[in-house]
Amino acid sequence: MAALSVPQKLEILADAAKYDASCASSGTKKRDSASGRKGGLGSTEGMGICHAYAPDGRCISLLKILLTNSCIFDCHYCINRRSSDVRRARFTVQEVVDLTLNFYRRNYIEGLFLSSGIIRSSDYTMEQLVQVARTLREEHDFRGYIHLKTIPDADPDLSHQAGLYADRLSINVELPTAQGLQRLAPEKNASRIEGAMAGMRSAMEDMGDARRKYRNAPRFAPAGQSTQMIVGADGADDRAIIRRARSLYDRHALRRVYYSAFSPIPSPSSVLPLKRPPLLREHRLYQSDWMMRFYGFSADDLEAATDPDSGCLPLDIDPKLAWALRHRGMFPVDVNRAPREALLRVPGLGVKAVDRILASRRLRRLRLDDVARLTTSITKLRPFLIASDWRPVHLTDRIDLKRSLGPAPSQLELFA
Amino acid sequence: MYRAALTGPDDFDGWREAARRFAAGGVPAAEIDWQVEGGEASLLAFDAPAPPEQGGAFSVPRAFLELAESAILHRDPERFALLYALLVRVRDMPALMEDRADPLLRRVEMLAKAVRRDMHKMRAFVRFREVEDEGAPRFVAWFEPDHHIVRANAGFFVRRFASMRWSILTPELSIHWDGETLSESPGATRADAPQGDPIEDVWKRYYASIFNPARLKQRAMLSEMPRKYWRNLPEAALIPDLVAGAQAREAAMIATPPKPHARPGNAAAAWSALRDEAMACTRCPLYRDATQTVFGEGPLDAPLMLIGEQPGDQEDLAGRPFVGPAGQLLDRALDEAEVDRARLYVTNAVKHFKHERRGKRRIHQTPETPEIQACRWWLDQELDLLQPRIIVALGATAARALLGKAVTISRTRGAPIALSGGAEGWVTVHPSFLLRVPDEARKAEERKRFVKELREIGARVKALA
Repeated sequence: MAALSVPQKLEILADAAKYDASCASSGTKKRDSASGRKGGLGSTEGMGICHAYAPDGRCISLLKILLTNSCIFDCHYCINRRSSDVRRARFTVQEVVDLTLNFYRRNYIEGLFLSSGIIRSSDYTMEQLVQVARTLREEHDFRGYIHLKTIPDADPDLSHQAGLYADRLSINVELPTAQGLQRLAPEKNASRIEGAMAGMRSAMEDMGDARRKYRNAPRFAPAGQSTQMIVGADGADDRAIIRRARSLYDRHALRRVYYSAFSPIPSPSSVLPLKRPPLLREHRLYQSDWMMRFYGFSADDLEAATDPDSGCLPLDIDPKLAWALRHRGMFPVDVNRAPREALLRVPGLGVKAVDRILASRRLRRLRLDDVARLTTSITKLRPFLIASDWRPVHLTDRIDLKRSLGPAPSQLELFA
Repeated sequence: MYRAALTGPDDFDGWREAARRFAAGGVPAAEIDWQVEGGEASLLAFDAPAPPEQGGAFSVPRAFLELAESAILHRDPERFALLYALLVRVRDMPALMEDRADPLLRRVEMLAKAVRRDMHKMRAFVRFREVEDEGAPRFVAWFEPDHHIVRANAGFFVRRFASMRWSILTPELSIHWDGETLSESPGATRADAPQGDPIEDVWKRYYASIFNPARLKQRAMLSEMPRKYWRNLPEAALIPDLVAGAQAREAAMIATPPKPHARPGNAAAAWSALRDEAMACTRCPLYRDATQTVFGEGPLDAPLMLIGEQPGDQEDLAGRPFVGPAGQLLDRALDEAEVDRARLYVTNAVKHFKHERRGKRRIHQTPETPEIQACRWWLDQELDLLQPRIIVALGATAARALLGKAVTISRTRGAPIALSGGAEGWVTVHPSFLLRVPDEARKAEERKRFVKELREIGARVKALA
């Protein structure tokens, strides 16, 4: 077989990387190429930039590729598993570095997200990943964003080096349950994965302490660590997933948990999965994740929003509305008097809208049309709010409240 | 009527200076005609009186200045007057800046928001092309912003690309960086910008490969990358084909099912983990009254899988499928049909015994759709793991679990069905049906037919091996 060209390798290794949902390039320290040593390239300014969007609606902010899609593991959910007959390719360190710089100079990307199949050994693979990051940072003074996927079984020293070059590190827990991991990824081990995450957290905290004492102490993964869970590959219901996510956030100080809807991959990507991935379920989990991180909902609160039989969040309405419909006694909430926490629980009110309400009501009593100006849709809010000129009376108690707020019913497809 | 002259559409300092003077002099907003140099002349021909003398100094909250700096870049010609009106109100009541529901403040905030979005999109969607310029590379881009943001946005590109030489050309204003200083030149046209770059093809190939056709979500893409930006994005030319390709792939997939994929090398470990997991299954309420989960059994590389309905009384106690009367009948029929029982994987559509107690006996009850649905998950995992070439559904419940819809046995039996995973499906009666036929002559006839079908299936297994 003829050797593959770089664009051919890029096609194979980008295709192999697209199942990783993470694309964030935000939340790292600010730096740029105009200050400090001359000759550097790139900057990071807090807010991430999506340089393009693919027709799957996902943001493209980083060059997301694998170093190689060869793998000695045989994880069932993964297109790159050993037994898959997908075409294999492998980049050299220099090829990844050149691609990153060429794309960056043309403003196509914000940086690099590099992952890899395991070749030879975990340590060898991790060394190669670190080598790419080191070359970018040290030889080319690259100041853009770097996200490295860390291999849980690799030597902690290597992960430590990775943290010195990368903005973000991540290790995928892969599946919400340990049994699921044991079954679908027998070579992986849930406790080793969590051990590596805990090690990463303590390295971040140590470096944080060092920086408080010595201003020039090196930074360690300033954008923190994240992880990804595959939804729908094992039997875990949404309750189990939410609990797992909560405990991961708590124990490992994660910035993000990504959820990736699983679809069995029949053969290499030339054909679609047989079943459409459960995208709506994935979306509801992201909503519940947001509710935990920004709206003050606990895992118990979210459990109350799940369906008691299936243990899953409803698909037809969002989890915040589902929670509110089960806790009608907490509503309506008075926009002029309710505390921030109570306003955050109103379905349809976002964090920004709540902060604007709090700022405005210090000056005067708010009417319903004031609230309308602060939010996108007032119709869905009305049953849950009291304003100076509005009181929903029976609306909150109506039995058909869900129907009036949920999506319009549509006829089932006869030939679906 | 007074006239205020600004040097450009984004002249914030000029506006600030004039607005301060007018506000101190007590001039109402309607009395000021804001004129941008080189812009359209006012329709009102008049001799503007001298602006009022500088009045007393006043201050406004920092938040107002930040808001005004953004909002003034908006292309709305009313922006100067709106900002002035807001300034006068904020001067008299600084707390107004906190009243986010105030209509005027809200309107100005919307202007600022549109400007910030435009600036963000420019940072995202500028695409440089490399050209040779005086013996060294220069990166040149063509961009069409909605608002007057180019000058205000230059700093971002300087910070990011400080060591490169670059130019951004726009219809209104062009900016250039030579590695040391920023300079400006008048607006340009698309034709002034370079027409291509060899790296663009590599980028397009990346764009096409990172797209996941199984997750087509065009609306999400369009809300963040509206069509108006497409003509200046090289990768956007691919979108129609990618979308059409994704839809065609789906159609093709339905027409020709893919080949089954290779069984993972660790199937045995995976199967026993799956079985262990299934032993604790509570996916539907049937587990409450059953003794145990009755999981499938047989060699994992079996080319043939038989799916029954559910365990019966004896299977429930033994924990193994097809050991009761129906199972014994099946064994004899397989023997007669010369199908190798040892090369067979047998399982059930529902893995807990559904029954009703009558006196001392537990009477079989047919499982219903929710139970079949709940249990289908396990069956799917078994099918996925074993990848059998031929799958036989015994009876209506199994056929329903396998095909995902209710079928009539009499009309479906006797012919192969192409399954979406690439396997071949067959439907026939459940052996327990043969036990229940009251008329002896008919019973013998049905049994003969069952054996004949098993024999055909056995032949297919040999043919496909």
